[in-house]
Order: sequence, then C-alpha cells, then structure tokens
Amino acid sequence: MFQSAASGGERDLTEPLVEIRGVSKRFTKRLDVAGKIAQRLGANIREETVHAVDNVNLSILKGEVLGLVGESGCGKSTLGRVVAGIHAASDGQMFYEGKDVATLTGADKRAATLAIQMIFQDPFASLNPRMRVEDIIGEAPRMQGIVSKAEIPQYVDDVMRKVGLDPSLKKRYAHQFSGGQRQRIGIARALAVKPKFLVCDEAIAALDVSIQAQVINLFMDLREELGLTYLFISHDLSVVEHIADRVAIMYLGRIVESATTEEIFSDPRHPYTKALLAEAPRLDQRRRAFEPITGEIPSPLDPPPGCTFHPRCPVATAQCRSTVPDLKPGRGGRETACLLEHGETV
Amino acid sequence: MTDTATDPALSSSLPAKVETPFQRFRAEFFESRIATGALAVFLIIVLLAVLAPWITPQNPYDLAQVSVMDGRLPPGSESFDGYTMWLGSDGSGRDLYSAILYGLRISLTVGLASGVIALLIGMAIGLIAAYAGGRIEAIIMRIVDLQLSFPASLVALMMVAALGKGVDKIIFALVIAQWAYYARTVRATAMVERGKEYVEAAQCLGISRFRIVFRHILPNCMAPLIVVGTVQTASAISLEATLSFLGVGLPQTEPSIGVLIANGFEYMLSGRYWISVFPGLALLLTVVSINLVGDHLRDVLNPRLKK
Amino acid sequence: MSAVLDVRGLKTHFFTHAGVVKAVDGVDFTVSKGEIMGLVGESGSGKSITGFSILGLIDPPGRIVEGSIKFNGEEIANAKEDRLQSLRGNRISMIFQDPMMTLNPVLRVDTQMIEAILAHESVSKHAAWERSRDALGLVGIPSPEERLRAYPHQLSGGMRQRVAIATAFLNKPDLIIADEPTTALDVTIQAQIIHEAQKLTKQTGTAMIWITHDLAVVAGLAERISVMYAGRIVEQGGIDDVIDRPLHPYTAGLLGSVPTANRRGKRLFQIEGMTPNMLALPDGCAFGPRCHARTEACGRRPSIEDIDGRSLRCFNPQQAAESVI
Repeated sequence: MFQSAASGGERDLTEPLVEIRGVSKRFTKRLDVAGKIAQRLGANIREETVHAVDNVNLSILKGEVLGLVGESGCGKSTLGRVVAGIHAASDGQMFYEGKDVATLTGADKRAATLAIQMIFQDPFASLNPRMRVEDIIGEAPRMQGIVSKAEIPQYVDDVMRKVGLDPSLKKRYAHQFSGGQRQRIGIARALAVKPKFLVCDEAIAALDVSIQAQVINLFMDLREELGLTYLFISHDLSVVEHIADRVAIMYLGRIVESATTEEIFSDPRHPYTKALLAEAPRLDQRRRAFEPITGEIPSPLDPPPGCTFHPRCPVATAQCRSTVPDLKPGRGGRETACLLEHGETV
Repeated sequence: MTDTATDPALSSSLPAKVETPFQRFRAEFFESRIATGALAVFLIIVLLAVLAPWITPQNPYDLAQVSVMDGRLPPGSESFDGYTMWLGSDGSGRDLYSAILYGLRISLTVGLASGVIALLIGMAIGLIAAYAGGRIEAIIMRIVDLQLSFPASLVALMMVAALGKGVDKIIFALVIAQWAYYARTVRATAMVERGKEYVEAAQCLGISRFRIVFRHILPNCMAPLIVVGTVQTASAISLEATLSFLGVGLPQTEPSIGVLIANGFEYMLSGRYWISVFPGLALLLTVVSINLVGDHLRDVLNPRLKK
Repeated sequence: MSAVLDVRGLKTHFFTHAGVVKAVDGVDFTVSKGEIMGLVGESGSGKSITGFSILGLIDPPGRIVEGSIKFNGEEIANAKEDRLQSLRGNRISMIFQDPMMTLNPVLRVDTQMIEAILAHESVSKHAAWERSRDALGLVGIPSPEERLRAYPHQLSGGMRQRVAIATAFLNKPDLIIADEPTTALDVTIQAQIIHEAQKLTKQTGTAMIWITHDLAVVAGLAERISVMYAGRIVEQGGIDDVIDRPLHPYTAGLLGSVPTANRRGKRLFQIEGMTPNMLALPDGCAFGPRCHARTEACGRRPSIEDIDGRSLRCFNPQQAAESVI
C-alpha cells in the first residue's frame, strides 16, 4: 500500500521538473546615510555582502524527493526560497519543465508560480493570525480562479480532509490549533492551488517527535496520491534518509556532495558528509565515545579561501587552502566537491 | 486509505468554541483591574461630556446664562439663579462644573478627531513607504525623521500661530504634529510582518502585492497602531490644553479645559484655587485613564510579552 | 553508588485563572554520582518544570504542592531561598537551551565566570581567573584567554553554550540540570557539546539530568532514562532496556516515530492525536486516548510499578512491546 519511496517503483525518474543552473544569491547590507557619512570620515565600515548561495546547480526529477541537508547558515533555506520564487536569484537560471522561469509571462508564469509551493518551518509565523482557516486555505484558489466562489466551501472541506483536518473547524483562527495541526493547515494552503512541487523548509523541525511522524507520513501519503515532487530541506539526517530518494549536502552556500540516498548513507565521500553522518545521534548507538570534528561553520561574510571546509577538514592538504573544488564526478563517478575525491591533490 | 481519515482525537482537546482574535484580546484586557478601572473612568468622563447639556445647570457658552455677579464663588456657593455651584465659579461667573463638562466635550472632540485623522493619514503614508520601498520609502522616512526631531508642541504651536484660533484649526495643527508617529509605527511593524513566513506563503500563492499589503500585512499592524493611537490621543488632549493655556488654542468663548485652567491661574495666589484645580483634575483624570488603558493595551497586544 | 538526588512524589502545580495545571504530578527518580539520566518528553510533558522544581525556580502561580527533593540527603523542596541560592551555581548548576538565560549580555565572560567562583568560595581573583581559563579549555574553546575577554554577543551560539557549560562545571557541582542544551545547535556542534559533557561528568563525578525531547541524543549519552508524559513518568530504566525493549506504549510509540534506516520509505509508526491539553486530562491513564494498546482497564489511573529492573506506569506492558516495531 505504501510503496517504498526509495525503490522508486513505477516512477519514471528521468525528466527534470525543476532545474537550476549556476544560481547564486547574495544579500548586500547597504549603508544608510549615517553609514555613508561615517565611511567618508574614515570609519572602518563597508557594505557587507553575504554569499548565501554560491553557484549551485541542481535538478529535481519528476516524482522524486530530493533531500537538501546542511547546518544552519549553509544557505539551504535561501536556496529553497529561490526555488519557490520568494527570492529572486542574483545570478543563474531556473527552469520549470524545461522552460526558463524568467522568460515566462501571463498564464504560463502564473502556472509555474502556483506549481511550486512552500511548506515552512514555523507553524506559528507561517499562518496569518488574523485570518480564519477557511480563508487561509481558500483565498488563493479563489483569487486564482481555480475554483468558483460558490464551490469554495466544499473545496476547502475537501482539502482539509485530505490533510487530516476536521472541516468543522474551518471557521477558527490559527491560534486555536496545536503545532501539528497548524502545519497541516499550511500544507492544505499549499495543496489548494494544486501544486506539482513542494519545497519543505525544515517543515517538521518545530514539531514534537510524535507529531513529526504524523506529518512525515502525511507527506509520503500525498506523494503517493498526488504524484508530488519534493525538495525536502532539513538538518535532520534520519528524516532525510527516511523520505528522500536523492540527497544533496550543502556547506557554506555550496553543494559539496550529491548522490542517491543509498550511496550517501552507506558510502559518504565528502569529509563533511562523513562528519555529519558520524556525529548525528542515533538510537542504536550508546554511550559513544568519538572525537567530533572541531570548529564551527565560518561566517559566510568572510568565507575561507579554497575549499570552504578546509579549516575543519581532517584530511585537508595544502592545495585545499587555495583551490576551490567544483561539484563534479570524482572517484567511482560520485559527485563531490572535494579535491581528494577528484584526484587533484598531490 | 491514502486519504488520511480525520482523526477524532484531533479535535477533542480544542476549545469548544470559535474564538476570534478580538474575543481573546477582550478576555486578556479585562484581566487587569487597573486597566478595567481606567477604562470605566474614561467611559464615565465621555458619558458626562456627551450628556453635558442635560446634566448641567448652566450652558457656559450662552452669555445670557452667565452672570458676572457669580464670579469667583467658592465651591458649594449658591448662584444668582438659585442653583448650587458645587465646584464654584470662575472669574466670569461660569459654573465650573458646567464649564468642565462642556470643556471636556471640546477637549475630547479635539483629541479623538485629531487622533483618528492622524492615524489614517499616518497609516496610509507608512504603508506606502513599506509597500514602495527604495527611494520613495527613504524620502518619506526622512520627512518623518525630520518631523519627529521637533517637539510636537513646537510644531503645533507654529501651526496655530499661522492658522489662528478655532476647533478645526487646532485639530489640523494636532494632525500635522502627530501623523509622523503613526507613519513610523506602521512602517516599522509592516517591515517586521513583511519578513514573516505567512507573507512569503502569500507570495508563493501568487497573491498580488497590493492585496498582501492591505489584506495580510495591514490587519497585523493594527495592534501597535491602537496602542500608539491611545497614547497619542491622550497627548493630543494635553497638547490642546497646553495651547489653549498659552492662549493660542481655543478662544475664550469656547472654553476648553486648557482655557479654564488658564483663566484660574491668575487667582491661584489669592487663594481661589478651585478655578484652576478642578479643571486641572478633570484633565489629569482623562489623560491618566487613557494612558493606563494604553499601557495595558501595549502589554496585551505585544506578542513578545506572551509566553 | 550514592544518590546525589532523590525525588519522591514531586508535584508542581500551576494555579492559573483557567484552572489548575498539574505540570508535574507525582514524579519519582534518583540520580547517582557520576550518572547521566535522560529525562525525555514532548512539549508540555513537565520535563522542564521538573528541572525548575529541583532548582527551586518555580514562580507563582506555580508551586511545589507535594513531594520531597533530597539533595545529598538534605530536603530542598520548598527550602528557604537563601539556602537554594547558596546551592545554585555551586552544588547544583544548570544549563539552558538558550545560553543567554545564564549569561549576562553586558558583562564580559571573565567577569561572569570569576564572579561565579568568588560567590561561593574565597580564592584570589587570579586563581579564579586561571580556573575559568582552564574550564573554557576543557569544553574545547580555542584560545581561552582571548574568549575570556569577549562579551557573550561576540561569540557564536555554540561558543556561548560552551561558555555556559564551562560556567556550570566551574565549582565542580554535584549535580547539573541541562534543559535541552543542544536543541538549538547544529549536528556537528551538538556532537562536540555532548562529547565535552560526557568527558566532564566522567572526570568530575558530577551527576547530570539531561532534559530533552530527542531520544537519539539520550540514547548516545545517558545511562538511565525517564520518559515523561502529561506530568508523570511513564517508564524509567536502563538505557539499553528502555530503548531496545520499551514496555510502555508511549515509549514504544516515540521510538517507532523516529525514522531509522531499516524502515526507509515505509510509513512511520505514528502516535495518533495530539499532545494533551493539561487543563483537560482524561480520567484514568493520561495516554489512554492516544494509545494503540488501550483496554478497558485504562479507564483507571495506573500507578508506577517496578517490573524487572525498571519502573512502569501501564496496565498492558507486554502487549505494548509486541505491537510496535
């Protein structure tokens, strides 16, 4: 009944639904008037630019779940927002069903916008506190003309049932619901515009453990039922391992490794992936004694030169300090951004 | 089976009734005895002011009813017309109890009218700034900064000096003096709300920017606006009193509370305290009650103080 | 092993206008010297309130209504504030999820750490400084002399939490209560912190209560585990027993909810319903309405019983263990 997602089964995982090429996103903190004056007067301040996402290529195939894993500040949420159309990319292109999203107009543009929806982390901030549940869910389909005004109440009921919410609660405001239910409302809001692709940004991180399982199950059910494609962003390896077909690991704005879930978890290649896997707490490991990798993620304002992971990398060579590794196939055809994997170090 | 069945347990521990944000706000507001008391005091003041023509023995604006013979009578004296002046009378023979209630009518009208108008104008300008962004926002906010760098009383003083006396003119002056507070509040709140995930969700859903600003963001900016509005209304009332006290606000023929206080001022040293003190107490009670309500509104409406 | 802390029948209730919230309602446990006990539960289970009760940090409308808290044999439930004050930060320390709860943002790290030592001990300022420096070194902070001169806001989240941990260990306390200390941190930083905490408890013999919602963290860290639900402990025992062979349906359900490799792509076991409303707990077993193994017996309230080496609050333990995983 519930197909193993990892096996893929009858899905045809060949055609990319969404593809991004060379996407970067920079945030620049501009100086205000006072700052500019201070700068003229010789103060040591300047415009600060954060490379939140730095030249990322990624394609997400129709029907697959791509897990995007990284620690806080690695740019995974920003990348998700670029894909969802909330942030415009500073550089690069995004393709939806093979068409460059930037060139779309009119109905095509609208269709592409609605096809990609986002599920957010914070079940509180992501729902408008001044709106009733029926309006939160029903607003977009009404505005977008997906359903006629007369059919809206029935439609909202149907969507609510689909995500396991009792339609008799639709007159309520979000604050009257628990975290798990709020997350379901957010999912219903996205489903109401009949999307093909969901970007889930830490969508279960804020929930209690028992509620997390309910929402993961809901995501998997919806995938089966509606043939949805997911970009599943999370810091939690065990969740990603459970739900994803492929995994991309992100560090400081770049993707450092990408492979099938099987490959990543059984045979990680990039030293950062290895560290993440070794250090994630697991139920089956007791009183473990190990030497964790040291250091913390450097500031994206001032990333280290060369491979950005080298200051924390246990196997870094001199060359890693100066050469930036690209994400490309290395040993055994596995995609990594590691000079050692590429055989490019001496 | 893929259609997840609605779980009866999901609804079991919810409060049974639909609770609107307003209902919740109301319940929280009345938790505070001080605020409830202050609100009651304020409502009584409003009620007295509204009912003034029916519950006062004298219309202080009607010169035919005012007799100089009654001038400067101490509290409790009997007037020429035979009624008791419980709060005494002022220099021109006005019954102070009547004059205070009529004065409150003017003060409250001026305060509320200027408050509401300034709120609407400031809200519109603040939203435009937040909506437009970039250069327009920068220009608007610099004007706001400039305005806020002058004391409101100075701005109002300059305005009435240029415009002259009268209720309409003083309302106009107060609006000019106060719109910037609202504009700044709305813009700051809108900027915070704009960064929240529900706005990002609306963007994803292809909701127009206009609708996002006015239907999603604006209703969520109302809480701080109400707080600022309450406090600013109180300060508008005292600002009007200040201007009238200085003799540039309302004319002697339409005595607002400020005029009454000013009238009594010259008699203070001769021991006729009541002419200034009772209007002063009325003003104090009004402004303090509004501010107490405003303070508590701030506590109730500020999400950061919630658990 | 001697008991550092012995909690018996602890009840902490909150008297709110909406009703009495029995946040902690009859909790018993013991922590021995050098032992790490994991106190696990979901939001609202009362795990944090239990920690605050031990520290004597319950503010009105809440209070400890019943029970005893024996710290090194001394009764400290509802003890005088000055007695608690002299214990806190000295014999009992705490670490919170947000390190800024214990760090003062306007004081330098050295000022705060030295003060923490001098408040309970008369040593020279220089000796206190040296001890602070060594403590920072122990929790893996590079160039501790430099960090001592920093203000908390100049440090990263992980660094701050390390400073908080170093401060907690400064006076070699007998007991540390750590409330979700790594929840806000990244995996690699969490691993480092857990590593340091383990090392320090081993070195100093400090007992530790590690309060968390994350079973996997506790599995890798603690010797014993207590699982709380709706203000009561429902299962308590050795970490291997409880994690590998849970007897309570709630524990089993929680473990089943955690995605692990061997169930990839399958539906996770899910506990139905939501975390309970503490104002409207069901009669009988609080977990009853969500329990997959409930029977008629569950209409009564189960008491906590000792069953082969562990404590359990359930009428149908065997059945529970069989039906999940």
